Order: sequence, then structure tokens, then C-alpha cells
Amino acid sequence: MSEMKIVSGNYASAYGAKLSRAEVVAAYPITPQTEVVEKIASLVAEGEMDAEFIKVESEHSAMAASIAASNAGARAYTATSAHGLALMHELLMWASGARLPIVMTNINRAMGPPWSVWADHHDTLAQKGTGQLQFFCENNQEVLDSVIMAYKICEDEEIMLPAMIVEDAFILSHTKEPVEIYDQELVDDFLPPYDPDYKLDVDQPLGFGSLGMPDWYMDFRYKIFEAMEKVPEKVEEVNKEFEEVFGRDPGGLIEEYKTDGVDVLIVTMGSISSTSKDVIDELREEGHNIGLARLRTFRPFPVEKFRELIKDVNVVGVLDRNYTFGHGGDAAREIKDAIYGYHDPIVKDYIVGLGGRDLTPKILKNIMEDAISLQDKGLDEEIEWVDLKVNQERWRR
Amino acid sequence: MYIQKVIICPLDREMVLLNMIEIRFHGRGGQGSVIASELLARAAFAEGKDVQSFPMYGVERRGAPVTAFTRVDENVVRDKSKIHTPDIVIVLDMALLDSVDVTEGLKPDGKVILNTGKPPEDVDLGVDNPQYTVDASEIAIKHGLGSKVAPIVNTAILGAVVKATGIVNIDTLVEVIREHAPAKKEENAKAAKEAYEKVRGE
Amino acid sequence: MSEEEEVFRIVVDPKDHRDLPRTVITDCPSDLMNKTGSWRTLRPIVDKDKCINCGICWKFCPDVSIHVKEDGAEVDYDFCKGCGICAKECPVDAIEMKKEEDYV
Repeated sequence: MSEMKIVSGNYASAYGAKLSRAEVVAAYPITPQTEVVEKIASLVAEGEMDAEFIKVESEHSAMAASIAASNAGARAYTATSAHGLALMHELLMWASGARLPIVMTNINRAMGPPWSVWADHHDTLAQKGTGQLQFFCENNQEVLDSVIMAYKICEDEEIMLPAMIVEDAFILSHTKEPVEIYDQELVDDFLPPYDPDYKLDVDQPLGFGSLGMPDWYMDFRYKIFEAMEKVPEKVEEVNKEFEEVFGRDPGGLIEEYKTDGVDVLIVTMGSISSTSKDVIDELREEGHNIGLARLRTFRPFPVEKFRELIKDVNVVGVLDRNYTFGHGGDAAREIKDAIYGYHDPIVKDYIVGLGGRDLTPKILKNIMEDAISLQDKGLDEEIEWVDLKVNQERWRR
Repeated sequence: MYIQKVIICPLDREMVLLNMIEIRFHGRGGQGSVIASELLARAAFAEGKDVQSFPMYGVERRGAPVTAFTRVDENVVRDKSKIHTPDIVIVLDMALLDSVDVTEGLKPDGKVILNTGKPPEDVDLGVDNPQYTVDASEIAIKHGLGSKVAPIVNTAILGAVVKATGIVNIDTLVEVIREHAPAKKEENAKAAKEAYEKVRGE
Repeated sequence: MSEEEEVFRIVVDPKDHRDLPRTVITDCPSDLMNKTGSWRTLRPIVDKDKCINCGICWKFCPDVSIHVKEDGAEVDYDFCKGCGICAKECPVDAIEMKKEEDYV
């Protein structure tokens, strides 16, 4: 029987791996991911989860072991955060190039220096070019749901790519909420065992990961491009199937919250979205025609969906919980890229909540009111940093 | 394959909350503030509310000031920001009053529950909010929770909180403690019940 | 302003980003002011009659809180976090870990 439990985002991740019947878990502990590893280790030790738990000496090794396991035909799971994810970088590329559907949870944490263990999307977005699918979660239930769904998407023979489930440090990872832990049989019906076409097998020896000369390398890359192009449709398809089986819609590519015919569209990622929905309701009650698009799937970027969504919008206010050392934040930049040549709304990029800086409903309301005001006054600043010490008075008033 | 829907907020509620209730716990590392915030959330959830429980993280070590939070609502709790204007403040260690502004942001009609042997009128927090006191340390020691020097007062103070605020039924709390207290389940349950009877104020 | 002051200029109580140095540095006294000895629950007590001045405790102390003097090892209780590595490593068992609460 399915059961409602009060669990943290980290435990939700661990239960997601358990329900997905992950067969190999190789992980190295790092704050704020540690509880994921602890929980899985104890589930395995207590015989509740039938998996090989491999203790490794670094995150680089954790992904290396996951790659080997996946190549041998096992369903592999791992989890990490921030600096640990950065150390995995080389092997994240390998996992996608080798077309291995490894699913991992990354707990969003700011990159140092200054040292910080708090929420910030920079760590994940710095890996946007590694060929991982990236799903940003809004609450703990979605974390669990997304792990299960990710295997279904990634292991599809047309996709065969790795994925990252992303949850915000502490705001989700250490916050306990009611989460439905599904009946194992229900998950088994939804997610069949992993059975790749080719795998490491002593009876049928094959060589994996060998040299690709210039006359072939590009064609292998094209095959990844083809797979990535198919992901958006696959995400929506699996999302729909998930809703039919489990009665819950995790949000697909983009969760549209009251976006029908809006003049102002707010775009958020991760846990900010949850608080923002309360603010959207408040502003709509006050008569503003505003809605929220929660960008759930960042990789591949849902280009078509944004073109459709932004068609008749005057202002797009993007809340970026990241600054990736370029021109502003990643989400705003990618949205502009997606709609270029199609639509020409005002797009303003708000840099918010870096290193866990709290985003209260009041600050979010001030941001949204600022976005609304752009309809009359036009774009004032392309990129604005919100709630800095120098402008705290304005955003907290 | 069957379709199932989970309703987070059933309609058979015992107590009607008009607004979300936000609770802040002040304690020291080792007193059990984080577990307290979680047990209270579990009890409210058992009564059909949606809940959220989270600690504020800083430098983790025994003896350091710790803040933990609980949100309780009839509707789905979507707010993921910290709690800045609590309805209920719970102080597990009176020595914190020197270094922490425990009533910061407390709503005008908010309540304070303190762990002290003094009667409420003898405690001056500089605010007009209703105050309740209970000697949770004494109760915890009596039931063998923690040591004499460092009693674990979380379950005892929760009993007092329930009496002072009516946020959940005491029987629900006791049941949740029996099921989820990390150790000495029966002793913790008894401590909660005793504090429920002994709390002073209003 | 002398050249030396210019190089080490750090605003002690910064108001906003304009007061911050370019990189993440703290003024030296900040570590001296953060007396991590308050984290201690066990206190190492050195028996100077037994101490042979070998310096092993000094070598192992992860908090650089042991100084070996003429008459034996001395613990800097302002910074010792009470991990007990010194007591474990001492070859002549001259260091004993005692309950901190008996000393405060």
C-alpha cells in the first residue's frame, strides 16, 4: 500500500532510488547530500533495498563506478552536491557520451569561495553542457516522483542518456514534508527492469568507449543531438503516464501556473516556484494579469514550449537563482535565445537568492510588481540583482 | 493498473485554522529542538493538516543556539521561505534570552512558551504577548531524558505547547511521540503528558 | 596613508559590497576572536610530571592548540576543541580527557 510519510527531500531521493529498484549505488558524502547516502546505506544494510552499495573515495569515483555498473546492465543511482558535482565533471560527460541512463540527485548548493552550503543553482547549471538531462524540483514529492520518472525517460531506447534530479539545499533537502511513498508494485508496473541492448558480458565480449577518429566522432555526437531532440516529447509522454498511474502531475517540461492569456509571465526554477505561486494568487486577486511558468526541465531546454508560452506576453520576468559569470543568469539567457526571431517581449533577469539568501513572499511580490510596472515604463535594467545589501530596503519594504 | 488520488487536506478536521500557523523553536544543540519541530509537524499531519518542518543550519555542535521551524495549515503549505513572523515561539533554554532575540517578529497575538520553573508573570520578555511557562527540564530529568546537566526537554515542552495553543490534541501528540521519538518512547510520552498538566499561564 | 595600510585595508564592519575586499579574506584577528574552545565537551589535562617533551601531541593537534614548553606540553584552551587526539597519541599517557563541565 502507498503510504504518506513526513520525509526530507534527501529521504525522498533515497526512497525514489529504492522504489526504482536501483541495483548499484556508488556515492560519496557531502553536505547537504549526506542523508541520501546514509538512508540508502541503511536501507541496503537492513535488507529493505536490494542493491550493491559501493563506498568510494571521491565523487569522481562514484560516477566512474556508476558508469561501470550501468555499462554492465545494472540500474545505477548516485547523489552529490556542488563541489562534489564539479569533481564529477569529466565523468558526467563520459556517462552521456557512452549513452548510459544513470540517474543522480544533485542537491543545489553554492560553489565556493566563499564557502557556502546553501541553495544556489550554479553547481547544476555549470554542468549544463555535459549531456545530462536536468529536472529542477519544487517540493519533496516531486523529488521522489522525478527519480522514478527519470529512469523511465532515460532508459527509453531512443533516449539512453543520464539525468540529474535537482533539489535545493536545505529548503528541500532538510525540510520535512508529507510525501507519498508509493506501493512497490505500482512502481514496478510503471518502470520495467533495465534491459539495455548491449552491455558488458563475458559470454559476448564487446569493447566500449574506444577511439573515435575524425571521420566518425561527429556522427556519434549527431546521434546524441537526435536523442536530445526527442527528449521533450518523451518527458511529456512519461509525465502523462505518471499522472495516470500515480494521480499526480510532476510538471513535465514547464509547469504552467495560471498562464492562460497573461500579460506578465514570471519564470522560476526549483523551490522558489512554490512560494511564488502564493504571490501569483495574491497579485491576481489584486487584478493583475500575471502567471507563472515553472521551468522544470532545463536540459534539454524546452525551446518550442517557451515559444508557444511567450507568444502573447508583454513582459517576461525571469528569476535566476544563479549567476554563471556571463551576462546575467542562465534561464533568462536561454529564454531569450529560444524566442529570438519569434517574439519580442520585454525580458528582465532578476538575480535572486544566491548562496541561500532567503526569498520571502514580500521580496517575490516586489519583484513581480516590478515586472508588472515594466509594461508601462519599458525595460529599465536588463539584469537586476535583488536584495543585495545596497538595495535591501527597496526589495524588503 | 489503477488510478489513485491522494488528498493532502481531508475535510474531517477537528480544529479550523483560519490562517497558516508558524512556529519557531529556540534551543541549544542537543536539547532536541529539531526533533520537536518534526514531532509537532507529525502530530498536526496526523490530524489532517499540511505541514512543513525545518531547522536553520549554521555551525552544528552541541551547545550552540539552534532554531527550528514548523508550519501548519489547512491548505497545502507552499511557502518555502524562512519564518520571520511566528505565531508561536518556544524557548527550550532560558539562557538563550541573553544572546537571542526570541520574540523577534512575533505576531501581536502570538504566544510564547518558555522552559522555566518561574511563573509567567516573573518573566519579562519586553512584549505584551501571552506567556506560558513549564519546568520542562525538571520533568525531563524526572523521566530520565538526557542527563541532569543536559536534559532533553523537547517532548516535555511540546506537551506544554499543546495545552497553551491547542494546535493539536494531546492524545495525538502522545501517540506520535510513542511512534517517532528516537529513544525512550514511553518516558517521552509521559513527559509530554505531565507538562500538559503542569503548564502555567493565561 | 602609508603603503602598508593601503595593502591591508579591510573594513571591519562592512555595510555592503563596496566595503568588501575583492577576494574572500577575513582580517587576521577574526580567527583569534572566534574562540572555538567553547565547542569543547572534553578537556585535555596534561600531567607535566609524566610528559617527556617529545612533541608528538603538538604534531598531531589538528587545531594547533598545543605548545611544547620547557616544562612540558601546554594546551591553549581558547582554541582546543577537545577532540582527544593528543591523549590518544601520547606515548606516555600524560594527557587525560576530562569532562569540560567540571571546569566551567
